[in-house]
Amino acid sequence: MIDFLKKSLAALSVAVLAGAGILVTASPADAWEPTRTVEFIVPAGAGGGADQMARMIQGIVQKHKLIPQSMVVINKSGGAGADGFLDVKASKGNPHKLIITLSNLFTTPLATGVPFNWTDLTPVAMLALDEFVLWVPADAPYKTAKEYVDAAKKAGPGKFKMAGTGSKQEDQIITAAVEQQTGAKFAYVPFKGGGTVAKQLVGKHVNSSVNNPIEGVSHWRAGNLRPLCVFDGQRIALKQKITKEMSWNDIPTCKEEGLDIEYLMLRGIFMPGGVPADAVDYYVGLFKKVRETPEWKQFMGNGAFNTTFMSGKEYRDWVAKAETTHKSLMTKAGFLAAKK
Amino acid sequence: MSESKGESEHGGVSVRTLEIVVAAALMGLAAVVMYDNWITGARWGADGPQAGYFPFYVALLMLISAGMVLLRALPLAAPRRRFVEPSKFRPVLALLIPSMVYVVFAAYLGVYVAAAIYLTYFMFVVGRYKAAVVAPVAIGVPIVLFLLFEVWFLVPLPKGPLEYWLGY
Amino acid sequence: MEAVDSLFHGFAVALTAQNIMYMVVGILLGVLIGVLPGLGGANGVAILLPLTFSMSPTSAIIMLSCIYWGALFGGAITSILFNIPGEPWSVATTFDGFPMARAGRAGEALTAAFTSSFVGALIAVIVLTFLAPIIAEFSLRFGPAEFFAVQLLTFCSFVGLGGGSPWKTVASMMLGFALAAVGIDTVTGQLRMTFGSVEMIRGFDFLVAVIGLFGVGEILLTMEEGLAFKGERPKINARVVLDTWKELPRYWITSLRGAFIGCWMGITPGGATPASFMSYGLAKRFSKNGPQFGSGHIEGVVAPETAAHAAGTSALLPMLTLGIPGSPTAAVLLGGLLIWGLQPGPMLFIEQPDFVWGLIASMYLGNVVGLIIVLTTVPWWAAILRVPFSVVGPVIVVICSIGAYTVHNAFLDIVLMLVFGVVGYVFKKLQYPLAPLVLALVLGDMAESAFRQSMILSGGSLSIFWSNGLVSSITALAIFVLFWPQISAGIARLVSGRAAKQNSPGD
Repeated sequence: MIDFLKKSLAALSVAVLAGAGILVTASPADAWEPTRTVEFIVPAGAGGGADQMARMIQGIVQKHKLIPQSMVVINKSGGAGADGFLDVKASKGNPHKLIITLSNLFTTPLATGVPFNWTDLTPVAMLALDEFVLWVPADAPYKTAKEYVDAAKKAGPGKFKMAGTGSKQEDQIITAAVEQQTGAKFAYVPFKGGGTVAKQLVGKHVNSSVNNPIEGVSHWRAGNLRPLCVFDGQRIALKQKITKEMSWNDIPTCKEEGLDIEYLMLRGIFMPGGVPADAVDYYVGLFKKVRETPEWKQFMGNGAFNTTFMSGKEYRDWVAKAETTHKSLMTKAGFLAAKK
Repeated sequence: MSESKGESEHGGVSVRTLEIVVAAALMGLAAVVMYDNWITGARWGADGPQAGYFPFYVALLMLISAGMVLLRALPLAAPRRRFVEPSKFRPVLALLIPSMVYVVFAAYLGVYVAAAIYLTYFMFVVGRYKAAVVAPVAIGVPIVLFLLFEVWFLVPLPKGPLEYWLGY
Repeated sequence: MEAVDSLFHGFAVALTAQNIMYMVVGILLGVLIGVLPGLGGANGVAILLPLTFSMSPTSAIIMLSCIYWGALFGGAITSILFNIPGEPWSVATTFDGFPMARAGRAGEALTAAFTSSFVGALIAVIVLTFLAPIIAEFSLRFGPAEFFAVQLLTFCSFVGLGGGSPWKTVASMMLGFALAAVGIDTVTGQLRMTFGSVEMIRGFDFLVAVIGLFGVGEILLTMEEGLAFKGERPKINARVVLDTWKELPRYWITSLRGAFIGCWMGITPGGATPASFMSYGLAKRFSKNGPQFGSGHIEGVVAPETAAHAAGTSALLPMLTLGIPGSPTAAVLLGGLLIWGLQPGPMLFIEQPDFVWGLIASMYLGNVVGLIIVLTTVPWWAAILRVPFSVVGPVIVVICSIGAYTVHNAFLDIVLMLVFGVVGYVFKKLQYPLAPLVLALVLGDMAESAFRQSMILSGGSLSIFWSNGLVSSITALAIFVLFWPQISAGIARLVSGRAAKQNSPGD
């Protein structure tokens, strides 16, 4: 409570000072720093992976006092995230706005035709990449991805049910990619959140899911789920045992299992278009500091994230490539918005 | 969509007229919804209903039931009752119109300044209070709200030039 | 009794002076959040989260969950005083709470609401304490088909309650369904009824509609009736609490039913909002005071509040054991757990018993503390009604507009709120019932996606709704409840022997 009082007193005194016209502004020769509250947009609902990460960052930034202003997390989840992206697109030149993205940066405009594109935004930094794992219930008879796909093929089209988050988004894209590669045909059942997907799988209402590690790990440890393979080029580096026998590193890649699919989800930061370059540099520096905190490291470990960090041109190129990949995957799967 | 329902500013509108207007508006709305969902796809596909299936039939039911309301309202037999007495409707407008103006102001000046103007107007004109009563409320309420939302709970609301100048 | 031991251990963890102080802070903040429609529990939890980094996870979760309790208590206040539900689960509380306030019985209504909330929560916590593992297991059995059946049951228990023109009821409900469907279809990702407008993609949020239809609509009506809440001057004294308490035990069946519905809906995870509607609907249907519901009967406050609070409490269980947040507030709490390095999920009970049992113990304590705090404020809340309307009216409009804005951080929602206000005013005057519209708006989306998910699972066959014992019994119960008026009339006729041949409950 005392903090609130302090804060409000501070705010009041700022107001008074400003009113008296004696507020000293930071000298422009210094590097850019935020001068007002930084809005951190989450183009997804409260509680999802992106939201958790944004709130984690907010917490870290405030705990370690990494910026001179406060940071607020705002959920703009309407229209599969379109709401958030359009807001940032409309805030051209505003250096006090950040947005954390998930795959809907690419999938939403493609699937719905809503007019925005990552080129409307300024890429800041890639924080991490989220892995995808093929999960089945622990007592399912198939032990490997190959056995699983074979069983799905044998059962016939639509007999095996794959649960995932949302429609025409990352989970369904991966499902479609698996179908295209193997010829198996799943019935894809969309749910609202990753937690619900995991629960439906544990309850055996569906046969498999492609949950992110963080969504499945607790059920894995409890012996309810079994990971079959990870959709990445190499295995997850974490060798600490999660269950009695296995670590994340013991999960084979899907490629090793003959399922040549790689898919990683961007957890990256963007800003509105037309912002000053020093502002971008400032935030790149900020996120570098965030990555060094013990809280962030623990968070990355818990979620078995791929902790690649990128900024500048490297990041921009990565995003451009990811967009092409999404476009081709979605075109093949027939997920593009119908031209009206 | 539903703005047309508020058009009773003459005050002399009878309940029957308004019943008909509302029912017709609902039917119109239903027709639009049905059309849009038919385009989206309103059949029972191979794996269950298509995206437009439920909204289409929902709108169909709405069309039918609003139609029934309309049919029942049509006969003139019922005694003509006014929807609202003009003398009573004036206070309704006295709130509604400033509220609309408030929303327009809020878009440009931000919620807090607009609220101050709105409260001042309302307490002066409708409540007929003295300035000594109006000022603390009209200025105090927005400030309390500002502290509550922007400062403590970090919930950003629409802001205008004043707040920007203050550094928010 | 392992659970009892663990619980007492939990009390030992939770009962420190410091933790009790955190509880009080949490409850007070929570009540404030519940009162203001613009603040959700998620905001409160989010701002306090950074403060909690330096505390032990147990103290932190105690404070944060107390915000949650406070918000559950507080949601009822504006519903009763101004017909504005501060939180979605208090919509059903307006049906009888607000008429009571208009009749000068605001104090009674508030006392009843708070006490019932407490009873609901208490029963839910007891259930949690002793049955947590079984419940977690049970909730896993709810797939899309079961979920749809629960939605159906909610509908059936509510439908056909209001008198008036059945055509208007249907039209109003269908309008609610149609509005609920605007935006992105969750199952196919297609846009529906957006008519090319980007703003429409967001869809119509239930809270925006409710704030408009109930809150603003009511203010317009009040203006028409001459600038004052009629019924006048609420009695303001502390005795009202004791007097109301004397009356409450009479409605124990309703409380018990509400608590049961609440626990069930919280776990399955229907949520607090449908639970409150279902409890209100069933109470009206089965209570002998049913006909007086809607005109300000205290039992009509008891029913939804007990259920909402029981559901809100038991909804924390899936969060802890499965990692699925039942509400945005729970979602942010869940984020908090992760920040402290706790992994919600089936292993939490085994690996972090101090934390889990500390939390459960704090549910008991937090609710007791909460009840004491909110009851002492009853006279103050009731006193707000003494402020002249020409001051309170516009302040309410401002607060409503903020509430509407914060749902999606969208300005259009403020405009929509006013439009809904006018619609609410006109509908009310033309006797279109609003409750079915709101119910359809709340449940429409959930029910439709559950239905279509079921259809994908079954390959388009409706037989999935009686494919196992659980889903068939819920479906059957729904149909039974729907036809209860006919069934009970049939039974009455059978008993009286006048129509012995006619035993089919046809419509």
